[in-house]
Amino acid sequence: MSKVDIVKNIEGDIYEVKVSGDVDASSSIHLDNALEEAFTAKEKKVLINLQEMNYISSAGLGVFIARLEEVKMQGIQLSFCELQPNVKQVFALLGLEELLSIYDSREDAISAYSK
Amino acid sequence: MSKKLKIRLTFLTGLLSWLLFSFFDIYFILLKRYEIEEAYIEVVPQVFLTLFILSTLGYYRYMITKAESINFIDLLWRVFITGLITTMISLSLRFVFTLFAATSFIQNPLTVNFFYHIYVALVVIFLVSTFVVWKRLILYQKSKKLIQWWTAFEYTLVASLLFDFFGFETFAVPFNVLVVAIAVFSLILSLNLKWIAYLNFKQKWKSILFILLSGIYLYHFVLNLSIYSDTGVLVYDLFNRVFIISLFFFILIYAVIAVLVTLFNLPTSSVFERKLQEAVDFQKLSQSSPSGQSEEETYDILIDSAMSAVFADAAWLEIKKGDDKLETIRRNLNREEVGQIKILLRDSPLSDTIYLTASAKVLPSKSYTTLAKGDYRSAFAIPIFVKNEQVGSLVLLQSVADAFDREMMNIITTFVNQASVSIENARLLNDAIENERYKEQLKIAKAVQKSLLPSKLISNSAINISAYAMAADEVGGDYYDVLSSDEHIHKIIIGDVSGKGTSAAFNMAQMKGIFHSLALIDLKPDALILKANAALSNCLEKSSFITATYLEINTRLREIEFVRAGHCPTLYYRASDKSANYLSTKGMGLGIVRNSEYAKYVHCNALKYEPGDLILLYTDGITEACDATGDQFGENRLKEALTKNIHSIDNNSSIENIKNGIIEELYAFLNGKKLDDDYTLMLIKFEA
Repeated sequence: MSKVDIVKNIEGDIYEVKVSGDVDASSSIHLDNALEEAFTAKEKKVLINLQEMNYISSAGLGVFIARLEEVKMQGIQLSFCELQPNVKQVFALLGLEELLSIYDSREDAISAYSK
Repeated sequence: MSKKLKIRLTFLTGLLSWLLFSFFDIYFILLKRYEIEEAYIEVVPQVFLTLFILSTLGYYRYMITKAESINFIDLLWRVFITGLITTMISLSLRFVFTLFAATSFIQNPLTVNFFYHIYVALVVIFLVSTFVVWKRLILYQKSKKLIQWWTAFEYTLVASLLFDFFGFETFAVPFNVLVVAIAVFSLILSLNLKWIAYLNFKQKWKSILFILLSGIYLYHFVLNLSIYSDTGVLVYDLFNRVFIISLFFFILIYAVIAVLVTLFNLPTSSVFERKLQEAVDFQKLSQSSPSGQSEEETYDILIDSAMSAVFADAAWLEIKKGDDKLETIRRNLNREEVGQIKILLRDSPLSDTIYLTASAKVLPSKSYTTLAKGDYRSAFAIPIFVKNEQVGSLVLLQSVADAFDREMMNIITTFVNQASVSIENARLLNDAIENERYKEQLKIAKAVQKSLLPSKLISNSAINISAYAMAADEVGGDYYDVLSSDEHIHKIIIGDVSGKGTSAAFNMAQMKGIFHSLALIDLKPDALILKANAALSNCLEKSSFITATYLEINTRLREIEFVRAGHCPTLYYRASDKSANYLSTKGMGLGIVRNSEYAKYVHCNALKYEPGDLILLYTDGITEACDATGDQFGENRLKEALTKNIHSIDNNSSIENIKNGIIEELYAFLNGKKLDDDYTLMLIKFEA
């Protein structure tokens, strides 16, 4: 049984990845596969919805960080939304808030795309 | 007394008794001839004959060892040989007798009696040795009851020996009663023929032959004895001995029954042999793993025993090895034939098993089928499961149609199950050895990593540092270090490599190398972090990053300059207002942005300290430690634990006591739950 569940949802030109559960060293492989799929899709707007992600370990964060270069190279507009408080704190501590587009609500994230 | 001595002693007693028996018997004839009456003398030869019989019995008891399944034929062979030798001697005597029949020497009662004495010895030897062999056969796989019966029988025989002293003639009533009683006894005992079941077909024929030949010897002896008896000159006639007659009957009865039973058992012996072979094969299979045989040997035993159990003409065994490589063991088939038969069976009920896609237990009806064409008309396939996963299949082939049935399937299933256990055991053993080796390596790694952390921290009149680290696995990714460029300037780092375990430990070692190199250069904290990021960017794998806090403390100026690179916020205790607060500063982890842009995210902070102030550095293993309910220890609890322990009178503000107090607090919160991340705690206390 996997501790993480990933659902993709394509809405217009936005490729949304909904992550739920706990992302740690053992379950991060599923997240990595989902990101691989998302970043190779034709949609260049990728939204990571973390509304139901309760926990992410450093190894889990490594999955995102490893792909940052690729995101830049391929011109992907990557956004994160609906972070839970503890996850938000982890992102903040690492300095990722300054680096990534992180939105409180999904609507904010989607409207930010059209700007 | 040793067995050898016993054998020699009984042999000597036997020989001596026989000589004395013969001597006194002849002496008795002479006395009679000269009409000298000596009443007691008649008993003397009898006593010596009895002694002779008992000695022979003793001799053979020691000579013929206990029956074991292998030596039944040896035992019967012994009877045959003894019989052959005694009969040969008897025949040559007979020849001498016939040759000189007309001479007065031969007709002399003395000569007749002397020859008869030799005869008696031969008969006794044959009867007694056969008796002992029969005894061994009857008592094979004995029960308590059988032993009781046999003991009773032996006592009766001894009684008959004594009975002979009364001198009853043949066919006298007490004589007959005793003979009949012993015959009945013999009949009951003769029903113990368990040994026959253990003979194979060939051995059965051999034993029939040997027993029949023994019967001929017996007949020959009876015939000869009666010839002597008819001469009418015998002083001592063996026919008048209940013991001898009983022995005749016993040997005859057992021989007849044994021959009949063996004869009737002949047609079924092949089935017994097969069952026995199955049992032996099964044992081989079950013993193959503990005896350290390789998996290959188990496969060979499995395929061969399965083939012989169901009379298969050809077979193959396909098995997935540890590295998912498929290995095929074939019997009477080549690679192409296996491929062809596999194709033929693609749409049969056997296909799941053959193509290794069987999920659960296969139904018996799906185990065997007939083939429409090809050399083989019947096929039988059974999956091999290890840990509920099909790792292989065994396929047996027969050239005739409908060759397999459910009974055969049961046997093969048993074989395969046992083989699965053996394979599983062998694999588990290999895994265990492998694991043991890894453990040993990890122990070494742990020792090495421990040596990477400083063994001694600073403790002087201006500053006191203490640290504690614990890895969740043998090795971890936490790092701390203190380097002093002079007595006033101290460079302190705490870091946490993403992930945990071995890969984190390697990165931690790299980090130490980089920190030690950079600390030698006189760099400002932000410059040092920038260089560290550049250095790490080249050597960390993409998905790894490191969080760190770097401090440079100047005890002369009472100044601290620090950079937080994505690490947990530093907890600062100010002695002046007796409260602790987290220093909220910006900063990004090392290895996240791997280019010059990283400089944008590095922020250097400075502050002044007062004596009595205290800094707590830690890794997220502490704040993210969860209790059984999933509640985190968190920053607030850590802060409370720090202030509580600083203010505790018991601690008399010793840095070690404060550190231990916080760790106790953490463990009390966890309440027995194991930590699943590395954690490090570092306390810096400023003195006057």
